Amino acid sequence: MAIQQVSTQDSVQPTTTPEITVAGLGKRYGPSVVLNDINLSIAPGEIHGIVGENGAGKSTLLKILGGAIVADYGTLSLDGQPVKISSPRDSIARGISLIAQELALIPERSVLENVFLGRWSNTAGLARIGSDAEHFARLIDETGFELDPSAIVGRLPIGLAQQVEILKALARGAKVLCMDEPTAVLNEAEKARLLLVMKRLAAAGTTVILVSHYLNEVLELADRVTILRDGRHILTGVAQEQTPESLVRHMVGRDVDFLIPEIPEVGAEAPTALKVSGLSSSKVAEISLEVRRGEILGLAGLVGSGRSETLLAIFGADPATAGTVEINGRRIPGGSVARAIKAGIALVPESRKEQGLITVRPVSENIALATLAKRSLAGFVKWQQEKKAVAAISEAVDIRGVRQNMSIAGLSGGNQQKALFAKWLLDPPSVLLVDEPTRGVDIAAKTRIHKMIAELAAKGTAVVVVSSELEEVIGLSHRIKVMRHGRIVAEFDRNASRDEVMASAFLK
Amino acid sequence: MTTTETIAAPRPAQKKKFDNKYRDFGIVFGLIAIMLLLALNTTTFLTGQNFINLFDQATVVGLLAAGVTLCIISGVFDLSSTATLAVSSIIGVTITQQFGVAAGFFGALIVGTLMGALTGIIVVLTKVNSFIGTLAMSIIYRGVAIVITGGAIVAPLPEQMDSFRTWTWPSLLGLSAGSVLMLAVMSGLGILLWRSTFGRRIYAVGGNKEAARLSGIRTGSIHVAVFAISGLCAGMAGMILASRAGSAAPSMATGIELTAIAAVVIGGTSIMGGQGALWRTFAGVMLLTVIGNGFNLLHWDTTYQQVVTGVLILVAVAADGLFKKKYGS
Repeated sequence: MAIQQVSTQDSVQPTTTPEITVAGLGKRYGPSVVLNDINLSIAPGEIHGIVGENGAGKSTLLKILGGAIVADYGTLSLDGQPVKISSPRDSIARGISLIAQELALIPERSVLENVFLGRWSNTAGLARIGSDAEHFARLIDETGFELDPSAIVGRLPIGLAQQVEILKALARGAKVLCMDEPTAVLNEAEKARLLLVMKRLAAAGTTVILVSHYLNEVLELADRVTILRDGRHILTGVAQEQTPESLVRHMVGRDVDFLIPEIPEVGAEAPTALKVSGLSSSKVAEISLEVRRGEILGLAGLVGSGRSETLLAIFGADPATAGTVEINGRRIPGGSVARAIKAGIALVPESRKEQGLITVRPVSENIALATLAKRSLAGFVKWQQEKKAVAAISEAVDIRGVRQNMSIAGLSGGNQQKALFAKWLLDPPSVLLVDEPTRGVDIAAKTRIHKMIAELAAKGTAVVVVSSELEEVIGLSHRIKVMRHGRIVAEFDRNASRDEVMASAFLK
Repeated sequence: MTTTETIAAPRPAQKKKFDNKYRDFGIVFGLIAIMLLLALNTTTFLTGQNFINLFDQATVVGLLAAGVTLCIISGVFDLSSTATLAVSSIIGVTITQQFGVAAGFFGALIVGTLMGALTGIIVVLTKVNSFIGTLAMSIIYRGVAIVITGGAIVAPLPEQMDSFRTWTWPSLLGLSAGSVLMLAVMSGLGILLWRSTFGRRIYAVGGNKEAARLSGIRTGSIHVAVFAISGLCAGMAGMILASRAGSAAPSMATGIELTAIAAVVIGGTSIMGGQGALWRTFAGVMLLTVIGNGFNLLHWDTTYQQVVTGVLILVAVAADGLFKKKYGS
């Protein structure tokens, strides 16, 4: 079903808060459906929580409501009238404002200028600051914020900058605030203040739609909660009838859509390959873990819990402030990726495009990059040997239908990911750190990559796997450690249930 | 239906490949076209002496552009090259006065390399945008040049003058020794970029610095190294320029650093880093030189030469940008 065509001519700024109804809402990116058949109604003045796992589709839903993303299917109605919202501008005109995690403010300018960004009152292009200041004073009265209009936004603590963003939305006549993880970056005091603000706004008739990982917070604040799982609408219910445990139960328990290969047991006598003791960086604290040869350790946790940062600290890419890393009993000096690689550590990073690929260079150069010195003579590349080595490893990791000299940007996501593995397999490492090994790849490539990780472990490589997909972590790993707020908070063996792991990641 | 589809399918790929190739060698076609035009319209273009002149005119820009190419491919700009040129040739001349011509030339190269390395270290350590960082360094170096000379011109002793002019002497194929040095440096750095592990790392750092770092490449060292090489090239260019003029001065070659960057860009090396080659820079330098030569031979007003150069830069950069948009990266 296509989105109903409705003219945008009648976009009059509403004076009352509309009731929001979505019917059959869906969104897909290529072959993957991220949101499917969402039916939901949000009453005026309601605080509505949306919860779900990483990748459940909650941010996508929020962004569709806020106009940042256009739905592929279904209708969105305000007070029963189907509307077409195709840009943030449209939704602002309808009284809906999206407050994203990254604030859209101009840090060098004052609070006042930011609140009325682009809509300063003026006479023939000359600013009428007094008029804006009056309006600002009214808004401050309504919200009870304590903000100095002349303060420079960039120098405000993040909690106050968020208030500027909220004021900006209200100044534009927002009746509905869509907030994406608003408390993620706040400290306890700021958090408490924001929760109070949301309650006050709702009491004054503003609808607040809240996406958050913090279930206690959602339950405390929200009137009703919607639970999403794998892009599907599981349940919408009164918050008071739910507990954190009941929410988690609804958030997990999906069908496994891929097969995890057989993971062989690790012999009891297998020596420790990787030993991390009390490792801290600016992002993680007191990380201690041991992985034996042939063992796969999974790191689970929410986005932002410090999983990737743990890998970067072990790899020497983020400077360590304390702690040690030992490979096969030998301590490696921190702070240098080159030394970590020399000691036998490899990292397949989280973001292919930003951290993994040299997109403008050919496949062969990308694969050969980390082991250039192995195939060189007096500083020159032995290119015949390189060609053979790259061809052999490409076949081993099953990169199909690829000319070595084509740009790596032209490969499918799955083949790109396999190429990143191939890069390290040219000189098999003792410790392989893998971050989101199958993000954005198709099922066939995913299965192949899982098999590859299992085979590497079977040959004696110690592996640390980070993934937002809980099945992947549980299925691949011998043991699982769970992270929260930059620390390891729990450990499970591979017989752990999803619910247990999820609970320790989400709950205190 | 199925048959037509299978027949039709490969076509876009072939077209893409052709466009790719065409873009790759556009600069060469341009150069050949202009040379043909000049050969047909003048009697003097296709003469040995004219070619010797052409290479002489290309020498200083060519040497500077060779070093700058490595910088741009690795993702940094070097605006300090001609300031380095001035200081290194002034110090070279001063050494010549004391210790002789050979020591002077050698000294100029050492000073150029060290100054380039210093520029690199400062840019890497302060994490200043290389454009601004090297601009600041170039102003500092020009100032240093004035401090050393007191603003005056320095020259070797009269009895040293003959051997000081070594780089203007004819050598291989009648080309001046300076031109031969430029060609040798172009070839040497070209091969280094094309086949060495260092060259691979330069491309990687310019293509994606973070990915290069996570592959174990010391990106800071690579940047210091390319700035040092650019400094060495500037030292050579300064040596040749001083050898021609018989003297060195603080204001030497002012503005030529921009011509060098223009030549690199016109050749088709991407200013975004990670892509390009030294043969491209050679073609870009020759294109600019031949255009200048053509204006002379055709007795056109050389004022318009600048307009043509500017248009060429725009066309080269716009073509690069349009290509990226079309085929993505």
